[in-house]
Amino acid sequence: MFKGVYSWIDERLDITPMWRDVADHEVPEHVNPAHHFSAFVYCFGGLTFFITVIQILSGMFLTMYYVPDIVNAYYSVEYLQTKVAFGQIVRGMHHWGASLVIVMMLLHTLRVFFTGSYKAPREMNWVVGMLIFFVMLGLGFTGYLLPWDNKGYFATKVSMEIADTVPYIGPYLKELLQGGTVVGAQTLTRFFAIHVFFLPGALLALLGAHFFMIRRQGISGPL
Amino acid sequence: MSKPHNNEQTPQKPGKEMSRRQFLTYTLGGASAFMFVGPAIPMVRFAVDPLLQKKTEGKYIKVVEANKVTNEPQEFSFEITQIDGWYESKPTLVAWVSKDQQGNIFALSPICKHLGCTVDWNNNAKFKDQYFCPCHGAHYTREGKQLAVARAPLDEYKVKVENGFVYLGDIIPNQHVQ
Ligand code: HEM
Ligand code: FES
Repeated sequence: MFKGVYSWIDERLDITPMWRDVADHEVPEHVNPAHHFSAFVYCFGGLTFFITVIQILSGMFLTMYYVPDIVNAYYSVEYLQTKVAFGQIVRGMHHWGASLVIVMMLLHTLRVFFTGSYKAPREMNWVVGMLIFFVMLGLGFTGYLLPWDNKGYFATKVSMEIADTVPYIGPYLKELLQGGTVVGAQTLTRFFAIHVFFLPGALLALLGAHFFMIRRQGISGPL
Repeated sequence: MSKPHNNEQTPQKPGKEMSRRQFLTYTLGGASAFMFVGPAIPMVRFAVDPLLQKKTEGKYIKVVEANKVTNEPQEFSFEITQIDGWYESKPTLVAWVSKDQQGNIFALSPICKHLGCTVDWNNNAKFKDQYFCPCHGAHYTREGKQLAVARAPLDEYKVKVENGFVYLGDIIPNQHVQ
């Protein structure tokens, strides 16, 4: 049945070369933990991506209940966590995943650093990786405010004071991020938009570039 | 006899005529630039609007009788009307009100100038007669001058004394030190 459907589509669209190109490539021995156990360090990039996918999916599901409004945000999060089946799990995935993704990213960065994989011809991928790093920090920063609890609110106030200290543009940067003169209703909607649309969009584009370059250049050689 | 197809060879005055390729590059480039920038302008202006909106001056709020103010800073709270987009709320603000050496009443904001925690007067035995911030240990003199950690003196409220009452207005940078 599945095979029939597949060949029907393949006859018309010739899709086999497309997925073969993505799927068929060798895993060199020096990155395969089955050969050398220490090669597990090469898994951190994939693990970072795995958790990123979980963040995106769990985040999409959270928005089914969440509202970015200073009166109701807290109650919507409380409701989805305590009243909705598996709410604790889904919010927990997003909550703990947000920290774990940073940990995995740092481990992946350390692996790239200590294997010297940032050297020519892979310099551009190191730069893209750094951009991904900042986008991730941005996601953590904007997501933290969304439950509109005391922790997120005051953490954001402190962050605004930090933004304020940037030379010359600090006060403007602060007001632009805040969407006004206080951390309030317009900060929450702004952070929500940045958290669920702008940064995930940027993240997917950067990940696309990251993976494209990896496929073009291959994994770096053994030490 | 002229050979019309030889025209192609005739060198043209540089900069006068445009090749077909150049013409297409310019028109297509211009049109695409217009198609990207045109939609982008409203969106960017939309996003930066809060930055460009006119700031309205806050009203003065009656806080305390002038004769209750002493040389020792005292804490007073008062309500302001705050408009935050589509929300109007009445948050409570706190001011530390006292008299300076000339006997003028001034009012300090308790928002720490390090990272925005709340300072308190005389709340740490190590820093007697000072404002102290519990978060990272900034402390300030009676006039609000920063002595550690913070980068600037405590802000103050605009003060108006009328009919024996102290009225407080907008928060402004400290006028009593430096
Ligand atoms: C890799 C990407 C992401 C990271 C690192 C991240 C991080 C965070 C963090 C730290 C929080 C606060 C969680 C808490 O206080 O429990 C949060 C909340 C939230 N995020 Fe994300 N996020 C990511 C992607 C997304 C995406 C793609 C969406 C939606 C499409 C999303 C939707 C939400 C929502 C609705 C909340 C508020 C609910 C809650 O606080 O539990 N997130 N995020
Ligand atoms: S916020 Fe007051 S010392 Fe840091």
